[in-house]
Amino acid sequence: MKILVCISNVPDTTSKISFTENDTQFNKAGIQFIIGPYDDYALARAVELRDQHSGHVTVLNVGTAETEPQIRKALAIGADEAVRIDAEPTDSLFVAEQIAAYASDKSFDLILMGRETTDYNSGVVHGLVGEILGVPSFSPVMQLTLAGQEATLMKEIEGGKEYIQAPLPLVLGCQEPIAEWKIPNMRGIMAARTKPLHVIAPVGDTATTTLKYQLPPEKGACKMIPAEEAETLITLLRTEAKVL
Amino acid sequence: MSVLIFVEVAEGQIKKSSWEAISYGAQVAEKIGGKATALVVGPAEASALEQAGALGAHQVWHASQSELAQPMSLPYSQVVLEAVKKTGAEVVVAAKSSLADATLARVAGALKAGIVGNVTSLPDLTQGFTVTRSIFTGKAFAEVKITSAVKVITLKKNTVEPVLGTNSAVIERFEVVLSPESQVGKITETVKATGTVSLPEADIVVSGGRGMKGPDQWQPLLDLADALGAATACSKPVSDADWRPHHEHVGQTGVKVAPNLYIACGISGAIQHLAGVNSSKVLVVINKDPEAPFFKAADYGIVGDVFDILPKLTAAAKSL
Repeated sequence: MKILVCISNVPDTTSKISFTENDTQFNKAGIQFIIGPYDDYALARAVELRDQHSGHVTVLNVGTAETEPQIRKALAIGADEAVRIDAEPTDSLFVAEQIAAYASDKSFDLILMGRETTDYNSGVVHGLVGEILGVPSFSPVMQLTLAGQEATLMKEIEGGKEYIQAPLPLVLGCQEPIAEWKIPNMRGIMAARTKPLHVIAPVGDTATTTLKYQLPPEKGACKMIPAEEAETLITLLRTEAKVL
Repeated sequence: MSVLIFVEVAEGQIKKSSWEAISYGAQVAEKIGGKATALVVGPAEASALEQAGALGAHQVWHASQSELAQPMSLPYSQVVLEAVKKTGAEVVVAAKSSLADATLARVAGALKAGIVGNVTSLPDLTQGFTVTRSIFTGKAFAEVKITSAVKVITLKKNTVEPVLGTNSAVIERFEVVLSPESQVGKITETVKATGTVSLPEADIVVSGGRGMKGPDQWQPLLDLADALGAATACSKPVSDADWRPHHEHVGQTGVKVAPNLYIACGISGAIQHLAGVNSSKVLVVINKDPEAPFFKAADYGIVGDVFDILPKLTAAAKSL
């Protein structure tokens, strides 16, 4: 059982977002970077499946050298080896092409990643990779079990869920509660130091260019309503806010 | 240059978010001097197809073969791809959703097209094809130039105001020979909460957090939601504790909502929750803790006991 887990390197979810160089660059000063939270779910499930069905987990990231601490963390969580495609993850198609180029000759049974990254929220890399490789893709997947080469997934749909059966290989975008996030232990951290981390060159071109960033307009003050007059809120929502 | 709009349906009607996509696509077509084709995929009533024309599409194609009855991105993407090829469309548009993302991702993969999600503006054509998109779960925006030949866009909610005009478009049936590969994946069971308002599409959302004290204390919140015709939602801790179903979880790793009104009951307002609600037009926070961070993001706030306040709001809502 060969599993590829694709992880992103993103600012932690409590980060204050700001820009520099005349709003053309993301301001990394003081930002704590983490493995994308949805990718953490994918990684945790991959490690569980590998332990259950015996196999190999490769973790892949498209990023520059600064992402290596997160890649080592993924190895500490339990991946067997890692690959870093040495490029900025500029857009979804570019990232998908890197993953597909790496995976094309390796016959992975499963390619897992988060349903989306928390920086760009695109949620399309899994579909792009699936199409480029000619492999079926599903997202967002909340549950995944395997019986031989047959997968049973629970996919989230609007207002509910759907159970799907499909043969491997598959590309899946993962979310909770597919697995519990794993926290690396001391042994994992030690082992991660000597697990292989290959760095390879990117292929192809980017499909988009970011020209400029902007922050949203400042929010006005909150209008407080005394609890004894709570019902006036409903009137205000109708007459003032015009949302009722 | 023409535009293809992927239109989603629910219960035979065009989804509200797809109304916006059709409107957007029609406006883009006008900008680039081309035609807009609305591709409606799945079962749809004749009146719904007519609406697509009234919203600005020049022609409406309806893909309604039986294999498309249940939304699945594999066959859906094949249908969209065929339509792109037949229309020669250079711009493909849809309202952002899990289905649209999964479907258009495969279309973009086949066409080697740049795909940009959560777009919040019409394209600026003065420097190539540039759109503004929402990023960092609503905390910022980016102006992005798409340099590929075909541009694929998913729209954030509330980006355009759809207007029902008087024009009527030609409506045609669109059928595709689906490949065996596109039919991989068998749905064995569908579990849907019936009779409830869909959260991502909802105009009004009433949401509960740990301040609601427990799963059997939800009735006052449900009563308010009922009185307002609102969808119900919850915070991550509430969903993790199984007080409410997982699909109600709103936040950074849950549903992102974009309603006109979001009423938060007993939720403190952690950044992860804010990430799921910052696209709401109006935010109301009810919490007994005056220091709750959520008040900083709110438009209206009430400090007090939710169990005192909710029934008052429900009574007032009913007598509106």
